[in-house]
Amino acid sequence: MPNNTSKQVVVALVENKPGVLNRVASLFRRRNYNVDSLTVGRTHKSHVSRMTIVVDVARTDARQIVSNLYKLVNVIDVKALTGEPHVSRDLALIKVRTDDVESRNAVTEVCERYPARIVDIGVKYAIVEITAQEDLVEKLIDELRPIGIVELVRTGVVAMGRGVRILDTEYEPINHHQTAGDLERYGV
Amino acid sequence: MLLSGSEIVMECLLREGVDVIFGYPGGAILPTYDAMTKYPQIHHVLVRHEQGASHMADGYARATGRVGVCIATSGPGATNLVTGLATAMMDSVPIVAITGQVPRAAIGTDAFQETDVTGVTIPVTKHNYLISDIHELAYCIKEAFYIARTGRQGPVLIDIPKDVQNEKIEFVYPEGEIRLPGYRPPTSANESDVFAARDLINNAKRPIILAGHGIMMSGAMQQLRELSERAQIPVTLTLLGKGAMPEDHPLCVGMMGMHGNAASNHAIQESDLIIALGMRFDDRVTGNLKTYAPHAKKIHVDIDPSEIHKNVKVDVGIAGDLRTVLNQVLPGVNGNTHPEWLNRIRDWQEDSSERDILSNYEGDKLLAPQVINDLWRFTDGEAITVTDVGQHQMIEAQYYPHRRPATMLTSGGLGTMGFGFPAAIGAKFGRPDEPVWAIVGDGGFQMTMCEMATAVQERIDVKIAIINNGFLGMVRQWQEFFYEERYHATPMVNPDFCKLAEAFGIPNMRVTQRDQIQEAVEFANSIKGPVLIEFVVEKEEIVYPMVPAGADLDKMIRRPKKGEQ
Ligand SMILES: Cc1ncc(C[n+]2csc(CCOP(=O)(O)OP(=O)(O)O)c2C)c(N)n1
Repeated sequence: MPNNTSKQVVVALVENKPGVLNRVASLFRRRNYNVDSLTVGRTHKSHVSRMTIVVDVARTDARQIVSNLYKLVNVIDVKALTGEPHVSRDLALIKVRTDDVESRNAVTEVCERYPARIVDIGVKYAIVEITAQEDLVEKLIDELRPIGIVELVRTGVVAMGRGVRILDTEYEPINHHQTAGDLERYGV
Repeated sequence: MLLSGSEIVMECLLREGVDVIFGYPGGAILPTYDAMTKYPQIHHVLVRHEQGASHMADGYARATGRVGVCIATSGPGATNLVTGLATAMMDSVPIVAITGQVPRAAIGTDAFQETDVTGVTIPVTKHNYLISDIHELAYCIKEAFYIARTGRQGPVLIDIPKDVQNEKIEFVYPEGEIRLPGYRPPTSANESDVFAARDLINNAKRPIILAGHGIMMSGAMQQLRELSERAQIPVTLTLLGKGAMPEDHPLCVGMMGMHGNAASNHAIQESDLIIALGMRFDDRVTGNLKTYAPHAKKIHVDIDPSEIHKNVKVDVGIAGDLRTVLNQVLPGVNGNTHPEWLNRIRDWQEDSSERDILSNYEGDKLLAPQVINDLWRFTDGEAITVTDVGQHQMIEAQYYPHRRPATMLTSGGLGTMGFGFPAAIGAKFGRPDEPVWAIVGDGGFQMTMCEMATAVQERIDVKIAIINNGFLGMVRQWQEFFYEERYHATPMVNPDFCKLAEAFGIPNMRVTQRDQIQEAVEFANSIKGPVLIEFVVEKEEIVYPMVPAGADLDKMIRRPKKGEQ
């Protein structure tokens, strides 16, 4: 398959509320943005989640993606990382055939050349784990393919700017369970 | 004060200054309907279809600049609002929709009249809420109004489960400021953009201003006029921009786009600078993007950053509030005259008037442009007109010049048939002292004409002008131009609109001759309450000029000049 797409890594801090993922997904579908991968997870602040979104921007201006994400009320901050120094990682679990000596040796040999390790091994199959940049993960998959991949799962890319490029928020959510006697928060 | 969720809803509406809400009751919203009885300050208008409620809230908001409110029950009540929400979303109109939802415990069980309304409306609202905790209710309502009326305005929906409406808590109104970490509408422009914009403006030879809805939403009419007059820059308007500049102003060239003034479209294509203010380069105003304004540098100011570079890549893009930004730019704008450029535009305008059907027509049928133009004359050009969608809408845009902001209300972005009449009712509630005319086609009127009952029940003084051509006229026009006159599914066997009005108790009159129009307007004005006038017009009228969809903006199909046919 010809690979003429360009990738854009966007990270977003979002309020950790139900339905936020739905809003982001709905936006991308509606605007016809092609999403390569989207990961969500909690951060060190329980009310903030962080998304890493890899988009195919062959058809879309990256600025459009960022400004449209900003328009979502629950999105606290957005940043396009591509073009800036950053670390990105994809994790894959790959179950491969290891039911004879050749395959077992081949898997071991391939894994030695990658930041990968065998995390489970049985008489028929082994599970290989790799955490690396996306292109490296893809290369490993290509090398394991001829041996016999029977199952594969990836987390999708997570990314973070290097050095002082920090994406964080001071935001503290409002506690709506204030009692009538404790109203400073409402400015009463 | 121990209040139920429903009472909290009403308390919050009061604090937002709401005086009228448009709605329809049902099981899941009944607690709130019951609470309304304790709040007579807020008038509830019982509509006949929830779509009508959403358009009324929309018309109210467009006419007043305040947030319109509509309310409906769960399931079918809520889904009936969707067209109105989408309409308001496309045209950036601030409305708050309140819907009942099944009790929390029943959510997700396919309970009776359960619909995932927040899910359904995500793409057609600016934001929405499903209230899962009564402690959040007041704050969310406050937030909803704030979001609806700030930044790029738009509809917000609040879905409230029935048990939350019934639950009681000690009510404290959240007086403090709204804190939304991810919601920061842009305000002013940065200095370098201001300089860049001024530079382009001061050096342009053939500049033109494209003024949109945003001028009125930010209240920048004065600034627009100052910019235009000082540098002698002609102004062309989008459909929703009508009213941004008085259309009888010598520098106002009228509407642009698919059925715009030919002079505007030619001027855009030949300009060397486009100053786009509060408009979004919709395909109906640009035509073919590849050949759009090929010689022009472009400045774009809009409150919504995602509009900048969306359809048209610009040289100076400024996300900000128009009035603020224009106030920043204006001090450095030099006086200018552009005589050659203005003359060129005048030539195009003259050519257009030679093609005007009003001066060329020799037949004896009543024409829609005659109706609209006479309506304009006999209402002194001062009525609030609310149109539906189709030929009559474009004809109103061409033949009813408006002088004041927010006097022409129309569904532009979504082009929602059925909008006109209910939106006119809403507008009249917002501006009771001004004459309001709903100008509708025979097709679109039939989509929401049930609201005649609402108008009668409310004794609301809205005049209905049906431009009856017996066809879905605009679609027929496309069939004539692009489908070899195969008029499939566009001829209509219509009811007798006057008898229908009679049945609803609405005084009415049928007009078939031009000389009856004045009498009809006087008749309508003599009655305080709804009046329906049916204008039976030429069936196969064509709206000229027309830029075929996707064609270059200046490749218009024109009406032939006299003797040119
Ligand atoms: C809800 C909806 N359905 C369909 C259309 C497509 N449409 C656009 S104009 C038009 C014809 C309108 O006919 P009528 O209301 O009689 O007005 P006229 O064009 O004759 O003035 C139609 C069907 C629409 N805009 N909205």
